[in-house]
Amino acid sequence: MASETHDAAGQAASTPGLPQLDFSTFGNQIFWLLVTLVVIYFVLSRIALPRIAAVLAERKGAITNDLAAAEDLKAKAVEAEQAYLKALADARAEAQTIVGQAKAEIKAELDAATAKADAEIAARAAEGEQKIADIRASAMDSVKEVAVAAAAEIVAVMGGKADAKTVGAAVADRMKG
Amino acid sequence: MATEAHGAGEPGLVFHPMDQFMVKPLFGDGAVGVFTLTNVTLWMALTVLAIIALLVMGTSRRATIPTRTQSVAELLYDFVRKMVEDVAGKDALVFFPYIMTLFLFILFANFLGLLPMAFTTTSHIAVTAVMAVMVFLTVTIVGFVKHGAGFLGLFWVSSAPLALRPVLALIEVISYFVRPVSHSIRLAGNMMAGHAVVKVFAAFAPMILISTGIGIVVTPLSILAISTIYALEVLVAFIQAYVFTILTCVYLKDALHPSH
Amino acid sequence: MEGDIVQMGAYIGAGLACMGMGGAAMGVGNVAGNFLAGALRNPSAAAGQTATLFIGIAFAEALGIFSFLVALLLMFAV
Repeated sequence: MASETHDAAGQAASTPGLPQLDFSTFGNQIFWLLVTLVVIYFVLSRIALPRIAAVLAERKGAITNDLAAAEDLKAKAVEAEQAYLKALADARAEAQTIVGQAKAEIKAELDAATAKADAEIAARAAEGEQKIADIRASAMDSVKEVAVAAAAEIVAVMGGKADAKTVGAAVADRMKG
Repeated sequence: MATEAHGAGEPGLVFHPMDQFMVKPLFGDGAVGVFTLTNVTLWMALTVLAIIALLVMGTSRRATIPTRTQSVAELLYDFVRKMVEDVAGKDALVFFPYIMTLFLFILFANFLGLLPMAFTTTSHIAVTAVMAVMVFLTVTIVGFVKHGAGFLGLFWVSSAPLALRPVLALIEVISYFVRPVSHSIRLAGNMMAGHAVVKVFAAFAPMILISTGIGIVVTPLSILAISTIYALEVLVAFIQAYVFTILTCVYLKDALHPSH
Repeated sequence: MEGDIVQMGAYIGAGLACMGMGGAAMGVGNVAGNFLAGALRNPSAAAGQTATLFIGIAFAEALGIFSFLVALLLMFAV
């Protein structure tokens, strides 16, 4: 650069042009660069990278394990639900049979009681009918007697004479009709 | 620069956009020898310390439920590992620590270089060229060890017409040897360019001290520009580390599977 | 006097070299724009191609950086 010759105060005087092209510093830079790279390489390959890889692998393992455990628990929950449902269904069926049995028992008892009551009622009714029939028959007889007596009287009063047999037959005839 | 030469005595804008890249001894003013402790040493040591702090101290608890620092370390690990696996294939995982070293060094050197007053080690062509040549040599050696002379099939494009193949082979060979050049200059150039632009805008910022009239416009504009370029540089710092790494993976894929 | 002309030439050359950065800007824009267009057509395939996007951007950008480097060399190293 032309100005360098005039330049007394500037710091640029000591280094011509671009600092990047100052070959006197190349050895120094390359040396320290190699030292740096070697140090970084060893730090990374000996300590940092294996450690991070281990941490990542461990995390991955933990996540897989947790997922597997969760899957297990889920399966168990499903199983438990199924068992519960089955127990419920069993209980329901048993209850159903018990109810059916009880119903049948009750029905049988009821039937028996009903039959007994019916029989009693029938017996009573028959008895009652018998009584009614007796009463009716006796009432008929009385009516007949009264009618025969009344008819004989009436015939007597009319001045006729009637034997008891004829009167009785006429009354019976009348009563039938 | 001219401004500096002619305006040394009088007040004016001082442009030293390249001074930040000067390699200086840490102690004293002597010449820079090979083993001298320089600002290069200092910032590379800080890079190493930052990497150790994040990847070793950050993961020291080996927690299954990670802390914030540990999850950043795991994120970087996964990021690079996935990149190597996706781009270069499963058999490239042998080189994973090597690629991780390059990635972390570039990433942390780039980010540390963004601190004010910092020295950006990756802005030096000497540094990036060494890394690019390392990658180049690794790729070439791995290619020849794995495939022997078959590695040369990389340059013989069998899908092209026969007449074109020698020409293509020549182009392929040239592009193969240009790889370390572009690989290194891309990183160094990006870093140097961004930092130099920030410095140029920074030189405009004190304009208000010289001339209030012009300065009232120029100073806020240049401060805004510095902020914008700085934000872009943060992005570039990461992208360049990413690009350097992924290109390494791409080259490695060429060495491991030259047919594709 | 002669030195001043050399310096003038170097500075003009540096300015001209900076035009290359515009080309790189167009290239990067082209890559990113086409990626976006493709990603909007087929968003499911976009995630797998971000690495390719960055490689493309890096290649396009490197050439701009080269021109910037030429400018720097002309300004500081010639």
